[in-house]
Amino acid sequence: MASKFLKSNRTGWMMAGPAAVLIGMFVILPFVFAILLSFTNQRLISPNPTEFVGFANYRQLLGVATLTLEPLTDQAGLVQKDATGAVQYPALRGYTRNNPDFPNLVGMREWFSLDWGQSRTFVLARDVVFLKALINTFIFVLIVAPVQGGLALGLALLINQKMRGINLFRAVYFMPVVVSIVVVSLLWRFIYDGNSGLLNNLLSAVSFGAIPRVDWLGNPSTALGSIIAMSIWQAVGFHMVIWLSGLQTISPTLYEAGAIEGASPWQSFRYITWPGLKNTAILVLIVITMQAFAVFAQIDVMTKGGPLDSTQTIVFQAIQRGYGKQDISGGSAISVILFVIVLSISLLQRWITRERS
Amino acid sequence: MASITLSGLKKSYGTAQVIKGVDITIEDGEFVVFVGPSGCGKSTLLRMIAGLEDITAGTLTVGGRVVNDLPPKERGVAMVFQSYAIFPHMTVRENVAFGLTIAGDSKEVKAAKVAEAARILQMEHLLDRRPSQLSGGQRQRVAIGRAIVRKPEVFLFDEPLSNLDAALRMDMRMEIGKLHKALGATMIYVTHDQVEAMTLADKIVVLKDGLVQQIGSPMELYHHPANAFVAGFLGSPSMNFLDVEVQAIDGNQITVANAALSPVTITAQTGSYQIGGKARLGIRPQYLTPAEGAGQLQGKVALTERLGAETVIEVTLSDGSPLIAAMARDAVFALGTEIGLTFEACEAHLFSE
Repeated sequence: MASKFLKSNRTGWMMAGPAAVLIGMFVILPFVFAILLSFTNQRLISPNPTEFVGFANYRQLLGVATLTLEPLTDQAGLVQKDATGAVQYPALRGYTRNNPDFPNLVGMREWFSLDWGQSRTFVLARDVVFLKALINTFIFVLIVAPVQGGLALGLALLINQKMRGINLFRAVYFMPVVVSIVVVSLLWRFIYDGNSGLLNNLLSAVSFGAIPRVDWLGNPSTALGSIIAMSIWQAVGFHMVIWLSGLQTISPTLYEAGAIEGASPWQSFRYITWPGLKNTAILVLIVITMQAFAVFAQIDVMTKGGPLDSTQTIVFQAIQRGYGKQDISGGSAISVILFVIVLSISLLQRWITRERS
Repeated sequence: MASITLSGLKKSYGTAQVIKGVDITIEDGEFVVFVGPSGCGKSTLLRMIAGLEDITAGTLTVGGRVVNDLPPKERGVAMVFQSYAIFPHMTVRENVAFGLTIAGDSKEVKAAKVAEAARILQMEHLLDRRPSQLSGGQRQRVAIGRAIVRKPEVFLFDEPLSNLDAALRMDMRMEIGKLHKALGATMIYVTHDQVEAMTLADKIVVLKDGLVQQIGSPMELYHHPANAFVAGFLGSPSMNFLDVEVQAIDGNQITVANAALSPVTITAQTGSYQIGGKARLGIRPQYLTPAEGAGQLQGKVALTERLGAETVIEVTLSDGSPLIAAMARDAVFALGTEIGLTFEACEAHLFSE
């Protein structure tokens, strides 16, 4: 006869079973698959057998090289310039195509270049679009994490007071979180519209027409910024609620003690509120960072990575590649790269904010 | 140093009035205890003095200055809270120095003042610990340290010992008493514990339902309570009250009796009486002694509590009402035995209905 412990354990497993199966099927299995597929040449639908290709997918994504070239000179040894006066350099394709002297540059394209006096250093990448996506995602995270976290804290401090109708404010700030990001993105496409968008109309109204109309999502220099602003607005209410829960764990008596000792509002915040929010701050920072790294829906609905790849992001690339181009192994490799980045940053954040004894 | 006056002080939350007009004068350097049952408004009154609660009506002066509308820091008060309210993320040193940090004092000044406070409170060895590493008594010491380091004119204590266990409470009570003598500052101390009130106070203020019941020295209140509430509140075990009928009046000499009590003449200190009217006779348990023969009060022993130095018995009187008597020294009373009790008329108190 089974012991009581075993029986109760069996009940426990039965309770946990459905959840464990679902988590296994939809979280753990895909995760393992992504890692395995990223080392193969598997395509989404293909008659060819799958082959193990080692790190080829990663080399393809992250392959970067530099090439320093001297300007072209004429027979007299003078630097050649084109009609606009720009210095002429040898064509890159002479190095990246069929050049046996530079086998490592084969198939690469120019990412960007730097001038050092007369010579110019070209940074070449095997996959320029992915590297742009990587950089865009980092810009997105570096702006969204502090600004969204800070604004959310500001809002939480504002609504953390006893006031008539304060719940209305809480509801209003939280509303964008409840609305689907796809719907929000569609609405903001109208706001950002280049001709009669709400933002353009507002700006021209307050400036009496002095501010020219901007195609916010159609201009490479404003598209990413526009998506960042909208993303911050959309999720700020969620983090506000987390901050608020942190604020409410701080004993009001501490503030009273502070007031008796003569603390100003700023000193109360500096010495009582902020130290009391330390754990909340770590949570908010890690959650925002992870969410921001996964930015996808806004891009897919609003710009599809354009214009001129100025809003490409890592997840958008992973999905476009995996499903759009049916290159599931390439998409998997991108997912794994994202996983490694997020994991390292989370570990780093935990290490920086660790409890010092 | 400062004297404090409260005149006509009132506090309302909406329509609910919790402090209904309080007048108290506190001399410079005095130790005043506000005592009363929970909900009597004693803590609210203290918080009004501290500046943590608005004053609805009346005037509050500290050191001759009206401070009704001044923020807490400008009132020159320091406060020790029941929950200690020490900052969990700061070391003891930082906690004690908090007020100095806020005021922007230099490191040297802070170090000297913290060292001084730590010496007074004998907690030099705790300075580098964090609050989570301290016991309840040590935390309260830190809270007191934070209060004394700024050398305020007035100290406010809000039930500072309520979260401590009995033995520690007694130690800390004595320390607070010594601290008052050492610093000579004005102290206001709120408690619901009448032992703390009796032992610490120069002056006790008994509060009930937002009104002052009596103000006076501990012994004045103990021996000459102004009403039945004060009489019952001070002293442990608390005073027995017997419902009696007035049989004769001669000036302030009132003769009373009831079914269980043979007639006794009491010198009334308060109230007005008429023959045939009802009154309450208060007798402290300690002043009841077993009678040789038939006593003034007759009953059966219902319960005994032997404490070694004292024996407390509950007696059911012949009219069925309970009575508590406390005898000095250990004594054995069998349950159910008939017992007669006597008391000196001069040690009983009479209160009109």
